[in-house]
Amino acid sequence: MSALSVALTGNPNTGKSTIFNELTGARQKIGNWPGVTVDKKVGVIEHNGRKISVIDLPGTYSINARSQEEQVVSDYFKENKPDIVVNIIDAANISRNLFLTVQLMEHGIPLIINLNMMDEAQRHGIKIDMAKLEAAFGMPVTNTVGRSNKSVRKLLDVFTNAVMSNYKPSKLIADHIERIHNIERSGLAAAKIEEEIISARYDLIDKIMQSAVTVNAAGKTLTEKLDSYLANGVSSLVLMLAAFYLMFQIAFNWIGQPLADLLGGFFEESLAPAAAEAMEAAGVADWMQSLVSDGIITGVGAVLSFVPLIFTLFICLSFLDGTGYMARVAFVMDPIMRRAGLSGKSIMPLVMGFGCGVPAIMGARALDTHKDRMISILVTPFLTCNAKVPILMLFAAMFFPDNAANIVFIMYVLGVAVAILAAKILGTTTFKGQQSTFLLELPPYRLPDIKTVLLEAWDKGKGYLIKAGTIIFAMSVLIWFLSNFNSDGMTKDMNESYLASIGSASSKIFAPQGFDTWEAGASIVTGVLAKEAVVSTMGILYGADELSTEDEDIQNSAQALLSTNMAGAFTPLTALAFMVFTQLYSPCVTALGTIKKETQSWKWMGFAFLYTCAVAWVASLIVYQGGKLLGFE
Amino acid sequence: MTLKDTKPGMVVRIDSVGESELKQRLMTMGLIPGTRVEVLNSAPLGDPIAIRLRSYNLAMRRDDAAQIEVTQVQ
Repeated sequence: MSALSVALTGNPNTGKSTIFNELTGARQKIGNWPGVTVDKKVGVIEHNGRKISVIDLPGTYSINARSQEEQVVSDYFKENKPDIVVNIIDAANISRNLFLTVQLMEHGIPLIINLNMMDEAQRHGIKIDMAKLEAAFGMPVTNTVGRSNKSVRKLLDVFTNAVMSNYKPSKLIADHIERIHNIERSGLAAAKIEEEIISARYDLIDKIMQSAVTVNAAGKTLTEKLDSYLANGVSSLVLMLAAFYLMFQIAFNWIGQPLADLLGGFFEESLAPAAAEAMEAAGVADWMQSLVSDGIITGVGAVLSFVPLIFTLFICLSFLDGTGYMARVAFVMDPIMRRAGLSGKSIMPLVMGFGCGVPAIMGARALDTHKDRMISILVTPFLTCNAKVPILMLFAAMFFPDNAANIVFIMYVLGVAVAILAAKILGTTTFKGQQSTFLLELPPYRLPDIKTVLLEAWDKGKGYLIKAGTIIFAMSVLIWFLSNFNSDGMTKDMNESYLASIGSASSKIFAPQGFDTWEAGASIVTGVLAKEAVVSTMGILYGADELSTEDEDIQNSAQALLSTNMAGAFTPLTALAFMVFTQLYSPCVTALGTIKKETQSWKWMGFAFLYTCAVAWVASLIVYQGGKLLGFE
Repeated sequence: MTLKDTKPGMVVRIDSVGESELKQRLMTMGLIPGTRVEVLNSAPLGDPIAIRLRSYNLAMRRDDAAQIEVTQVQ
């Protein structure tokens, strides 16, 4: 017997993903729908000796193909005939949720109507007569309680081949479909027809609501009470900053970074020496030993050690999103973001950009319009990601010892200012005329389901792991090769290496900025592969031993480098120009790869690379030449 | 009166949604003539606004709200 196919469909914020996760557990595969950046989630389970394959369709309010998600759902039902379609409904918000139900019924799709979060609905004074609802649609009605495993597992017993056989659309539905056909044949303008149809659907919904649902006025809900602080007045801004501050503390100081340090230490202190010893014992060739220890373990280790940080950040963000708070952040930030030509919803991906640009670029897919998505993606690289911080800290400590903190802060502000300016310019030129809109459901506050939070964080973060295994692996080998070889073969002197040649060639273009040494050029080139590499390349090239990129050690690194040629290679002014350049120039290869993936265009990836480099080149030029005019050195 | 002119705490009924690019999306979200809408709160700078209709909360910009004709009920 072939697997029974079940499709879950419903509005956003209905707990649909939680039900899917409860049904399929970790046995789910997340991929992409062809041609769009919308997640495709499928899971196969066995129940009573029967294989059931469940697909979680993207949450949509309708299937009018106005967004990628709606297009996916609409195409899915055109091309597939699943055995069972379950329409998950937030019982507390049944009226608007039924819009999709009615639309699906018009397409002749038989449904199980599952009322989720019945407990919450009751607290809000909403009572639903399931038998009457069943009669009104002529379709089976089931119910589940938000996070109760048991009630969700009960759905599995409902999934049988025979479940739909005794049901057929009611007369009410048949009459409605007839009415829709009449509107379609009315000869009105297309937009007018669509509006008439929408009105007809809500007519039907209001009728069904009258017969099957009673709504008693409940007092102020918890959500309204919370919103009077979290989404109202000045308190909302203060609390939002506090929430983000707390999140960054958790990620960078309390949990994420300590774990990252632990992992980094393991690579440097345990794995690398152990591997070296093993290779020595096995009599592996010198170059191979160097490749594995200095190239692969160091390079891949540097990226892997970020994994705990990234996952902690994602867990925090998924949690906040699951509570419904992220919608309030978008609400509160919309007036500010709008002035920059963006929508309030862009704040979520941009905030992530202060951690790492890769998830920030991926996060832009949640935005409504093409314009909002593209601008968010294109301005993210200007923000100060975690990997740029060591560069700023090191240069500030070396060349501005009295004002280090202020200089770093100014660089953060510069990044934000350039991002806003770029958004404004892109919005009035390249993406001119395209609308940025803001229409957002503010879902009730809920305690998120932990399993769903973890699965979501894993899904978003695993890309980072894959990058460590693929791109970074390849890049580590490449950098190792470039810094250890020249046209005569292997060289011990890095000054003679390919990297030195590349560095001195690329440094030529920085003559007007005053930092045209080959070491600076080489650092900038390796920085495109990974921003962490700028500081470590400097360290290697100027002959200081391994430089740490951790905050507390930056002072030591700065001291160590001050005793090398680097102190003479930069003046405070050229150092500042160099900081400005590295703050703004090309995103790293991983971020560029993500831009390619999200925009599905090599052209936009190339644009992102070129325009950030151009902006950085011009900005550092202004700093250097301007500074010189003002008499600084 | 339009939805833009309302104040938090007011309850209004929608008379017409008005022509705009958002019209069909607004209607899909349940803003149909005759629908009862409660005005909740607004973001710090007074825009966007949050409204409650059909037992859920929705945020929209004042510019879009200005297209929606309403009559005060309470």
